[in-house]
Amino acid sequence: MNYEIVIGLETHVELSTESKIFCSCGGHSAAKEPNDCVCPACSGMPGMLPVMNKRVVELAVTAGLMLNCNINRYTTFDKKNYYYPDLPCAYQITQLNHPICTDGCVTLKTSGGNRDIRIKQIHMEEDAGKLVHGGNSSFVDFNRTSVPLIEIVTQPDFRSAEEVVTYLNKLKSMFRSGGISECEEGAMRCDVNISVRPEGSEEFGVRTEIKNMSSFEAIERAIRYESQRHIDAIEFETEELVQETRRFDDVSGKTMAMRNKETEADYRYFPDANLMPIIIDDEWLEEIKANKPVAVDEKVEEYLAAGISDKEIDMLISNNKISSLLEDTVKLGCNTRDAATWILTDCAGVLRKDGKSFDDLVITAEKLAVIIKMVNDGTINRNAGKKVLIAVVENGADPVSYCKEQGLDRKVDTAAIESVIDKVISQNPQAIEDFKNGKTKAAQALFGACMRELKGAGDPSAIKELLDNKLKNM
Amino acid sequence: MKYYSAQMCDKGTIAVDDTILIKDVEATAGSHILEGFKSLFSAEVVERLLNKGYEISGKTHVGEFGLDLVGEFSYYNQQEGSLSGAAAALVANGDVKAALGVDMNGTTRRSAALSGVDFLKPTYGTVSRYGVISCAASGEQVGVYSKNAEGIKEIMDVIAGHDDKDGTSLPEAAYDYSLNDVSGKKVCIIKELLEKADDETKAKVNAFADSLRKNGVTVDEISCDLFEIANTAWQILMSAETCNNVSRYDGVKFGHRSSKYRNIDELYVNTRTEGFNFLTKAVILYGSDVLSKNRYKDCYDKSLRVRRVVSEGILKLMESYDAILTPVCSKTSYEAYDIHEAFGKVFNESVFTSTANLIGIPALVSGGVQLMGKHFSESTLLSLAHIVERKGE
Repeated sequence: MNYEIVIGLETHVELSTESKIFCSCGGHSAAKEPNDCVCPACSGMPGMLPVMNKRVVELAVTAGLMLNCNINRYTTFDKKNYYYPDLPCAYQITQLNHPICTDGCVTLKTSGGNRDIRIKQIHMEEDAGKLVHGGNSSFVDFNRTSVPLIEIVTQPDFRSAEEVVTYLNKLKSMFRSGGISECEEGAMRCDVNISVRPEGSEEFGVRTEIKNMSSFEAIERAIRYESQRHIDAIEFETEELVQETRRFDDVSGKTMAMRNKETEADYRYFPDANLMPIIIDDEWLEEIKANKPVAVDEKVEEYLAAGISDKEIDMLISNNKISSLLEDTVKLGCNTRDAATWILTDCAGVLRKDGKSFDDLVITAEKLAVIIKMVNDGTINRNAGKKVLIAVVENGADPVSYCKEQGLDRKVDTAAIESVIDKVISQNPQAIEDFKNGKTKAAQALFGACMRELKGAGDPSAIKELLDNKLKNM
Repeated sequence: MKYYSAQMCDKGTIAVDDTILIKDVEATAGSHILEGFKSLFSAEVVERLLNKGYEISGKTHVGEFGLDLVGEFSYYNQQEGSLSGAAAALVANGDVKAALGVDMNGTTRRSAALSGVDFLKPTYGTVSRYGVISCAASGEQVGVYSKNAEGIKEIMDVIAGHDDKDGTSLPEAAYDYSLNDVSGKKVCIIKELLEKADDETKAKVNAFADSLRKNGVTVDEISCDLFEIANTAWQILMSAETCNNVSRYDGVKFGHRSSKYRNIDELYVNTRTEGFNFLTKAVILYGSDVLSKNRYKDCYDKSLRVRRVVSEGILKLMESYDAILTPVCSKTSYEAYDIHEAFGKVFNESVFTSTANLIGIPALVSGGVQLMGKHFSESTLLSLAHIVERKGE
């Protein structure tokens, strides 16, 4: 019998805000040492009250708009109760009854054509801290407590691991280009709900949930393992499937039971009286819409029209920094295709040579535009342009003065070229003799000698013309 | 700074109860579980008093998390014989000018009534809760004990008004506490509540009513059946919120930690078993139960609906009356009792006080009776009390 795999996803994404969700401590990635981004509020001391970070609402709404959700104008917070040392208040502030976004949809391009995945809801919540185990003790690090998260919950619409990974990559590139999250390792975490049913069946099979995975590769392996485990259980009655929570062990590549439904915690959710309902009025929503970055799909159309390849587009939309560099360079009058090559091929080459990534790229759109223009108007040749780029990227050089210093500028005046030609002619009597005897190759050698003498400066065709004139008149 | 006993007080100063934080001063909320905890910051109300030049001379004992009748179950101050609230007794003695207390389940109002001083629980959202050891966030509010309405007005003018650090703080910078003419005002006595009190208490309410009438105030006795369900709803909400808010006291971060544990579960269980008294444990269990999956809809969620119904009903009543006059306690004194009886005793006794917490209206205790009004009607309540107090002078 053939089986259909049914998967629903809960994805937690850490938001790129400057401060935490309910206090003014530095937000995601601000901390350097354990517990150095902690205040009485996010360490659960009595007397402190949560105060909502407006930016979190704006980023959550932006994410909702990108995923075609309804934005709920009335949204509230609830408390989720459980004890764990990394949760200082013993409750997490999250959204249960009135999440900020509901009923969205995202279209995936898969090998089997376009697939629509329905988004059930997006809600805002605070992250927990971290436990560090050492020797006989465990230590608590509260730097991550109250870092803002959004959780994106899909309907059970995925039918393969491939679709899940495509979806996650799409979220990642959308959120990075939208400034919602950097989505680096660990900042995007997934719970996967999975069940299996005979093909054609409408009923869902027994569902298990695999908790807290952050690498896409692990997610893919976990889904493959878990779906096969379900199929084996049904097909060969290897075991009885029960609804339960499992975890994926990266080393063995297997999933293991954590707890089943009977022993599942009752989180005793209830409304948080310390946070008033948030009302998103028309004015605020319009403001958020106006500031929303161009949707990825629109950008893709633009890039395709400019002749940029699929692979390059992937690079651009997954990195906000380089796509804005490209846009800014184009705004300064450069051609999109041209600028894309300079960034994605030439800049990338320089970075690769130094063992760096785009995140380390230091170049302004202004400097890049100057280089591109100098090459295009013949001031320097393309190879010289690359040299300038290296100097700019590695040492922050000014492109124009660097060209002058290094004599890369091809617009050397005619008198200077003529004196070089005269020098070359006087130093190569044998070649002149050969030329006079009709050996055209000798002219070629003389031209090469001139070019060497000029160290690449000057326009080659102009030099050739001057040299030919001299030889003709001999 | 020390906990108060009568000798060490300075008559011009202000005392705050031990659920209000003062920077670098131990704050226990009367509980063993917070023993040794020192706050890193001061409550907004404390800062405002200090900024206006008031001196805060010390803290007063409270019953553990303010859950008892008048403060009888403090870990640090066991009471015997006749019970009294520490802050109210200080004010009654004239040892301090005024005191601040957190009104969450009527402890403060009952204390004031027993000691014969005034206490105002202000409209919810008018006084910052920043720096208050919170139990029931949706209905607790810092209030003022003083000998009379004028004393309350003076302190309220300082502590009330918007605070950015409290998300439930209302936007207004100041409120009206002025003492005005009350002739022509209309007050109602609630028959159902009066019937719950003993004769001595009834006499107090009636005497207060007579005094009002002599000053041109109309007083009617009316029937209103909202107070009983309001109390049940508030006991459910209050217990649930308290259960949640005290769950952070787990021995991991501060306060008491049991010495007997081999793993994290034992650390939690033993710390909390040792740290909380029987009444707090009862409230935690009750609160946990009403929030559990099977009971949420019938208990917690229904209480939220009752809150709406009571609010609408009382505000409707307030279209015809300027204030509601009720007893504060069922009797004029309490004797020490066994803590195992506390949960039921407090539950029943709170029928007089719960409504104000549930729907956020102001409640003023004066002369052993209680006046409640619609939101922001403190000025009317203080004026009514003032006219009666002045007559007594």
